[in-house]
Amino acid sequence: MKTTVYLYFCWIVALVATAGSLFFSEVMHFYPCVLCWYQRIAMYPLAFIFLAALLTSDSKVLKYTLPLTISGWVIASYHLLLYFEIIPESAAPCVGGVPCTTTYIQWFGFITIPMLSFIAFSLLLGAQIRFKQKRSL
Amino acid sequence: MKKNQLLFVIIPVVLVVAGYFVASNVMGSKADQEAKDKVAANSERLVPDGAPFKGPIMAKVTVVEFLDPECESCRAFAPYVEEMLRRYEGKVKVVIRYLPLHTNSKFAVKILEAARKQNKFWETLDVIFKYQPQWGNHHNPNPEYLWEVLPEAGVDVARIKEEMNDPEFDKIIERDTRDAQLLGAKYTPSFFINGEPLTDFGVQQLYDAVEKAAAN
Repeated sequence: MKTTVYLYFCWIVALVATAGSLFFSEVMHFYPCVLCWYQRIAMYPLAFIFLAALLTSDSKVLKYTLPLTISGWVIASYHLLLYFEIIPESAAPCVGGVPCTTTYIQWFGFITIPMLSFIAFSLLLGAQIRFKQKRSL
Repeated sequence: MKKNQLLFVIIPVVLVVAGYFVASNVMGSKADQEAKDKVAANSERLVPDGAPFKGPIMAKVTVVEFLDPECESCRAFAPYVEEMLRRYEGKVKVVIRYLPLHTNSKFAVKILEAARKQNKFWETLDVIFKYQPQWGNHHNPNPEYLWEVLPEAGVDVARIKEEMNDPEFDKIIERDTRDAQLLGAKYTPSFFINGEPLTDFGVQQLYDAVEKAAAN
C-alpha cells in the first residue's frame, strides 16, 4: 500500500472535522468554548496543509502537521479530562461565555463534541505515526 | 497530478460541501421549529407583569427584547429599535427583559430598575448605552463611571444608590434569566415578535418580522 494513503486519510479526517465543527457552530448555533477554539486553531489549517502535501507529493509534510496535531491532541485530551470531571472545572481557562463542560450533543450516550475532537486528533496522530514508520522502512 | 488523482480530491470536497449544505437545510429548519415550539410552550413567560415597555400597551405587535446593558450588540441595536418604534408608531411596543451575561451587567440592570422608580428608565438606558465603551469595557471595566454620567438621564443619583440594592431587583434578574433559558434566548439581543423568536438575526430581519406581524 502506498504511504500517501495515510496522508489522504488525514486530509479526509481534517476536512470532515473542519466541516463538522463549522456545522455545529454556524448551523446548530452551539457556541464554541475557549478550549474548542484552541482545537479549531489546530484543526482547520490541517485541512489545507494535508491537501497541499498530497497535491505536491510532499513527504516532509509531517514537519508542519505534527506540531499542530500534537497540540490539538493535547488540548483535546485536557478537554476530555475536564469534561469527565477528572480535572475540576475551576482549573479550566473558561471565564464567561460557554463553560467547557457544556454538553451540546450526546450520541449513543458517550459521543460528545470534545469526544469527536479527541477521536479526530487521535486518528490524525495515529495515521501520521504509521506514515512515518512506513516511510522509514 | 493525473486526472484520476484529482478526482480523489474533488469527490471528498464535493461530498463534504454538499453534506454540509443538506444538513444545514434539514437541521436549520428543524432548529427553527424547535425554537418556535420552545417559545410556544412557554409563551406566558414572554411578557411578565411589570416588565418595562415602550409603545401603546395594547399594540398590535409586541416585540420582546432580551438585552444586556453591557453588551455591545445591544448598544448597536438600540437606535434600530428606536427607529422601529418610530416607523410603526402606534402599532408596536417593545418590552425589555434582562439577560445579564457580562461582569457588570447586573450592576447596570439594578441602576436601570432603580431609575424606573423615578420614571427615567428609557433615559437611563440611553445614557448607559451611550457611555458603555467607558464603563463597560470588558478588559478595563469601570462601572463607577456611570455615577458621573447618570445625571444626564435626569435621575436622582443619590436615590438610585440608595435603592438599587433592593432584593426585588435580584428577583427580577433571576426571573428574566430563567425565562430567557426556557424561551431559548441564548444571546443578546434576542428578539421575539408576537411570540415568535427571531431565528435569523439582523436589523432587516427584525423589521421584516415586525412588518409581517403589523400587516396580519
